[in-house]
Amino acid sequence: MSSNLKKIKDTAEPGRRSFLSKLWLGLGLVVFAESIGVVFAFLRPRKPRTSEGGFGSIITAGPVGDFEPNSVTAIVRGHFYLACLEDGGFLALSRKCTHLGCTVPWDSKNNQFTCPCHASVFDIKGNVISPPAPRALDIYPVTIENEIIKVDTRKPIRRSEFRPEQVMYAKRI
Amino acid sequence: MTYNLNGFFSRIRHSIIRGPVYPQTEQECKRIITDSLILHFRPRTVPEPALKFSLTWGLGGMALVLVMLLALTGILLKFVYVPLPGKAYESILVLQNEVWFGQLIRNIHHWCANLLVIVVFLHMLRVFFTGAFHSPRRFNWIIGLFLLFFVLISNFTGYLLPWDQLAFWAITICTGMVEYIPGVGTWLQKMLRSGPEIGPAALLMFYTFHTAILPVCLLICMAFHFWRVRKAGGVIIPASLDDQSDTKPGYVPTIPNLVLRELTVALVLVAFILVFSILFDAPLESPANPGMSPNPAKAPWYFMGIQELLMHFHPVFAVLIIPVLVTGTLILLPYLTYQSNRRTGGVWFFSRKGRRMGIVAAITALVITPPAIITDEYFMNFTASIPGLPTLISNGFFPAAIILAGITGFHRLIKRKYNASTNETIQTLFILLLVSFIILTVTGIWFRGPGMALTWPWNPELSSS
Ligand code: HEM
Ligand code: FES
Repeated sequence: MSSNLKKIKDTAEPGRRSFLSKLWLGLGLVVFAESIGVVFAFLRPRKPRTSEGGFGSIITAGPVGDFEPNSVTAIVRGHFYLACLEDGGFLALSRKCTHLGCTVPWDSKNNQFTCPCHASVFDIKGNVISPPAPRALDIYPVTIENEIIKVDTRKPIRRSEFRPEQVMYAKRI
Repeated sequence: MTYNLNGFFSRIRHSIIRGPVYPQTEQECKRIITDSLILHFRPRTVPEPALKFSLTWGLGGMALVLVMLLALTGILLKFVYVPLPGKAYESILVLQNEVWFGQLIRNIHHWCANLLVIVVFLHMLRVFFTGAFHSPRRFNWIIGLFLLFFVLISNFTGYLLPWDQLAFWAITICTGMVEYIPGVGTWLQKMLRSGPEIGPAALLMFYTFHTAILPVCLLICMAFHFWRVRKAGGVIIPASLDDQSDTKPGYVPTIPNLVLRELTVALVLVAFILVFSILFDAPLESPANPGMSPNPAKAPWYFMGIQELLMHFHPVFAVLIIPVLVTGTLILLPYLTYQSNRRTGGVWFFSRKGRRMGIVAAITALVITPPAIITDEYFMNFTASIPGLPTLISNGFFPAAIILAGITGFHRLIKRKYNASTNETIQTLFILLLVSFIILTVTGIWFRGPGMALTWPWNPELSSS
């Protein structure tokens, strides 16, 4: 078997033969890589098809006057809470716990979010009061036009803690 | 005419099965194996010591039976189940309430899947403790690890399919853990969830993995696994018998000796599963509600050990460093340098000394782990006691270093005290970690209540929620 192989090698022009076999091997690898690429491209997460006004789109929360200072309103179809802070500023807080992703309910009696899963606690600004949650609740960008609050739920913004510039205020006229 | 008809039927029969259908003589018994496609997987004869039940406990065979039961019941379930968030739960209700034997088939699938995790794990322990992972069985240990991985992932992907509260939140929590892997965590989580939250795309993906990709992976690996067992000359048998070279172990025909034993184990197992499935229904909670997490929300029980680690360590340690170290060790296990394996393969726990050291390790783990869990839970706060450092150091590196120091100390001590060989020390450390891991898992399953606080399993709060 091996002596046969040797004979073949000896008689052929070694340079051209090895070049050709390398070419075939290379082509094979290219085909392989391409197939892998196609599979990955095929499986890439698509943009979820969101209904107008549902989670993943721009959501109208309501007129500014509907929300009292120091209150939290659940906007269920947008998967977020609209927090109206003491000074009348607005924050759109994701309802997803930053620990492992449970949904945090608002506990209006104690003025805090308490996660049922591993007992993380967040305040009205989304700051962590009690771990294991490692960072403040995510926020969504809020815009206020003509006294109407709109929240862009396409992409949450990660933050480690609350900072004043995250708050959106209605323009006082 | 009659003569011709007989010849006609016998021609048909012999074209299908050449030999006798029910073998009488030893020759026929051997022949039937080489003549049959499926039985061809087996040798014609097996060494008599290999038949001993307490050598393997039949665990590999049980795993195979469970996989077959899972395939059969799984295919039936596919006729009813609909992988859509709005329909999945409903289709399970239809299955249970309207389909004949629907509940039973679901129960069998559910309990087989859970039992398979236990059986495969025990099988791995059997292979380890009888020293059956040395050459020439090294690579079969690796194939076995792949099988373990596929079994776990099959269970995990199946867990989501009923789309009830239990399923939805367990998968949310587990994919939540992935986010803590530095660098790729967020991306990987998005891939696993097929989007920012678990939804229709995730359910369809889990369904495809669970019912197409993973079964094929399992099947291929199992065929490879069995072939390797054959190539290694069958299961490991105590070498001390082999050594007295003139008294080689007696070989007996596989049929009926081995096949009958396997059939018996399989039948007893099937009977057990059937009775269990008639008595106990697979759980089904209220339909998944992404707006409301149950309290407590727990991972599936076989990942509870990791979840328990998460209660004590910084997530990077709990979900990345520790699991990677453990997996790496399991992979490298057959490739370490051992002093001797010829004489002791097939002997449970290597030697009398190995057995004694193992008991010491198990007791050590039993005595140390629960107090360590309680201390960390109530009395020790690494983050607060070492302020000014990132929690990765204070709540990850520090506790890990303490544990590593403890293990090293134990290793030194036991090695000196018993003057043990490498095989014996590695086995002892393995037992130490194994028992600790089991305690962590048990704590997560039975001793964690609402808010994941430590409670007693008989606490009424647990059963009411
Ligand atoms: C679906 C999962 C699995 C199935 C169906 C399976 C099946 C089997 C069977 C039927 C045998 C023959 C001996 C016996 O019954 O014990 C065997 C042997 C073996 N298994 Fe597995 N196994 C599985 C998983 C594993 C795992 C997780 C490991 C370890 C990491 C493993 C490692 C081995 C090794 C090394 C042998 C050879 C043992 C010897 O020769 O004594 N297997 N397996
Ligand atoms: S998911 Fe909220 S505390 Fe763990």
